[in-house]
Amino acid sequence: MGALNHKFNENILITSLDKLLNWSRSGSEWYFQFGLACCAIEMMSAAAARHDLERFGAMPRSSPRQADVMIVAGTVTLKMATRVKRLYEQMAEPKYVISMGSCANSGGPYWQHGYHVLKGVDQIIPVDVYIPGCPPRPEALIEGLLHLQKKMREEPRLAKKEGQE
Amino acid sequence: MTEQEIYADLTAEFGDKIIEFVVEETLNPTVVVKADSLADICTYLKDTEALQFDSLMNLAGHDSDGVSDLSVIYHFHSTFLDHYITLKIFTPREDSTVDSVANIYRTADWHEREAWDLYGIKFNGHPDLKRILLEEDWEGHPLKKDYVAAEFYRGMRIAKVK
Ligand code: SF4
Repeated sequence: MGALNHKFNENILITSLDKLLNWSRSGSEWYFQFGLACCAIEMMSAAAARHDLERFGAMPRSSPRQADVMIVAGTVTLKMATRVKRLYEQMAEPKYVISMGSCANSGGPYWQHGYHVLKGVDQIIPVDVYIPGCPPRPEALIEGLLHLQKKMREEPRLAKKEGQE
Repeated sequence: MTEQEIYADLTAEFGDKIIEFVVEETLNPTVVVKADSLADICTYLKDTEALQFDSLMNLAGHDSDGVSDLSVIYHFHSTFLDHYITLKIFTPREDSTVDSVANIYRTADWHEREAWDLYGIKFNGHPDLKRILLEEDWEGHPLKKDYVAAEFYRGMRIAKVK
């Protein structure tokens, strides 16, 4: 082997394609900015210098077509709900949703008398991670994103899913 | 001018169109006027040399108890003379129409749409009276105290999930 001797040990890594894809995917959770109310302020602060979401590869996108994760940060009014759904549909697969704060989880302070508020964004789109709080601190959002990373890493991508032929 | 003086001035000009002057501790002193002469009074407030109310700061609908008449409240300020006055009119709960002041004060345009949207008060002569906050296909005017929320809106549940 001559020149290639001793090179392989250091530079070759054996893994499954599934794991490789999931690893790379989970390291770049580009999120769709979805500031709907006060929770958005915490999301912005999480992205800014002190909490710096980009440490985790999470970067804000303004277009659903470039985003992997939709962070629904704030009160989903019924008027907005139809738009939320449409924007979710415009995201490319695989796509994930983080519901940030009490409002997006369950209607929050408007759970009883909010004639205009959707009582939980999970009524219109599937949610992967719920983050409690009103508003959740940036640390909580970061934890949510890390949970989502974990979920992404465990998903079978290319291998046949259970039950499939 | 103080609110008292402005009230005296309006009474001298409009006579029985001015109903009363209300001073309550926590509220701005308010002149209650007849709805049908509102536009005239606004023009007078704006164009009179001694008043010069060039700014309509706010216009709001109001429902006090869900039974009696609705009201519309107008807050004026003169940026030249730095004095304030508040006008109030009453209008029936159902099919109420009030003259629009949007052609006198541009501020009124969107504020009147809001009062229409949330209280169902129609404004005669408004350039484009349509809902401003809620969707066009929304039913009812939710800040009226006798409003009952529907159960569903476009298939989405409004009532809380039990
Ligand atoms: S959960 Fe609280 S902080 Fe977040 S949008 Fe709702 S009211 Fe605002």
